[in-house]
Amino acid sequence: MCGIVGIFAKTPGIEASLGAHLATMLAVMGDRGPDSAGFAVYGDGAAGQMKLTLRGPSGYDFSRFAALGGLTLRGTHAVLSLPVEAEAGFRAALPPELTIVGAGSRMEIYKEVGLPADVAREFDLASMTGSHGIGHTRMATESAVTTDGAHPYSTGADQCLVHNGSLSNHNAVRRELLREGYRCITENDTEVAALYLTHRLRQGLSLEQALTASLSDLDGFYTFVVGTQTGFAVLRDPIACKPAVMAETEEWVAFGSEYRALVDLPGIETARVWEPEPGVVYAWERP
Amino acid sequence: MSEVDLAVTELRALNQALHALTPTTNETNWRILNPRGRHSIAVGVDAPVTIEIAGHAGYYCAGMNQQARIIIAGNAGVGVAENMMSGFVHVRGDASQAAGATAHGGMLVVDGNASARCGISLKGADILVKGSVGHMSAFMAQAGTLTVLGDAGESLGDSIYEAHLYVRGRIASLGADCIEKPLHDFHRGELFAKLEAAGVAGEVDVAEFRRYGTGRTLYNFHVDNAGQY
Repeated sequence: MCGIVGIFAKTPGIEASLGAHLATMLAVMGDRGPDSAGFAVYGDGAAGQMKLTLRGPSGYDFSRFAALGGLTLRGTHAVLSLPVEAEAGFRAALPPELTIVGAGSRMEIYKEVGLPADVAREFDLASMTGSHGIGHTRMATESAVTTDGAHPYSTGADQCLVHNGSLSNHNAVRRELLREGYRCITENDTEVAALYLTHRLRQGLSLEQALTASLSDLDGFYTFVVGTQTGFAVLRDPIACKPAVMAETEEWVAFGSEYRALVDLPGIETARVWEPEPGVVYAWERP
Repeated sequence: MSEVDLAVTELRALNQALHALTPTTNETNWRILNPRGRHSIAVGVDAPVTIEIAGHAGYYCAGMNQQARIIIAGNAGVGVAENMMSGFVHVRGDASQAAGATAHGGMLVVDGNASARCGISLKGADILVKGSVGHMSAFMAQAGTLTVLGDAGESLGDSIYEAHLYVRGRIASLGADCIEKPLHDFHRGELFAKLEAAGVAGEVDVAEFRRYGTGRTLYNFHVDNAGQY
């Protein structure tokens, strides 16, 4: 089943409470996906700095990296802020017990097995601030309940994607992307969708254009919610297999698998609430 | 007026109270506050009462309804009034997928749009959508009517049996064995009655509608059985 959520601040008003809203939305969608949860938040960034979200085994001592740059610890994850030019060297020397969950100038990604409300609490999502965020609650159907199987998937700097559904041609698309020189870390179909968008964005397409192209290249059933450094987008497959509700005010736009996920957002009473149309790309961009 | 606030009352307690209503109950007016998109609100009601839901409802709202008049003052989630047997369900906003699925009787009115598969496997109820309906609406619809004041999405009436479809706007495409049929006087009368029941008889002209129905090539139809539908 799975649940997905997303929120995008159109004005700065909601940024201070963005994490708190996303935490509530994730918790409400816990009954659609009680196995694991994950989320990405687009927070502060500094020019010339790259934020790497690292995941280590429980109790891992991240303090050894404190000398390299800014270090923020959250549960099993840590965000290390490095000069952009130091990223490649850090990746090359990455200890094998660590995973880089995501990287970007502003994006941080957290994912863990467990009830979504617990996962949000473990990482203290409610205290996070940012311009937008997306999240996923997983009910595992086709692969094991592991942290690696949890969304969001990030395959490019400041890019991430959550997915409700399953793709039927991901093996073929993966082969094509591998031929293009991309690397896949998992066997997961969602990773292929994320990588596909990374590929299209790298070709110079806008987020909206990349998702439009995916309509002809990705087959299966899906609702995607995608974040980039400045963008937020939603796409449902042309048959609308998976549920989706959106709401928009002057201040924000939000997505939920169900309306229940949106009921605590400020101003929801007067928000425009609608079901996104199948096969139509909805995209927002901050200047 | 019985007012139930779902912020303080368990949904299950509300539904049990509604199920306990007898045909002669004096509690004929109910107002449900803070629905907050919960699923299965006012499901399985079987009493001649009016229930107003003050906000957006989740899945299966007013499902299996009998006799009751249920008004949703907002949007309805998947499967509103599914398998309704009788009564009247009115969605003031939009309805999600499979609105009125398998409904046997009664009437469902949607003021906004209904998304995909509206009236799927319809079995005798009347559905009227003032906006547009999504793809695969009236899929395998057996009996009853689907009236759409706006447009219809792809594959309208795919594999349809004997339900009557009236659409005022544009059809993206017709499904297998669904064809346009002439709007005879009988159908004009039927359509007018549905518009009247939904309260829009004066607002739209029956002549603006086109009729769609079965081509009777996909199932073993015997004209001797026509009266059974």
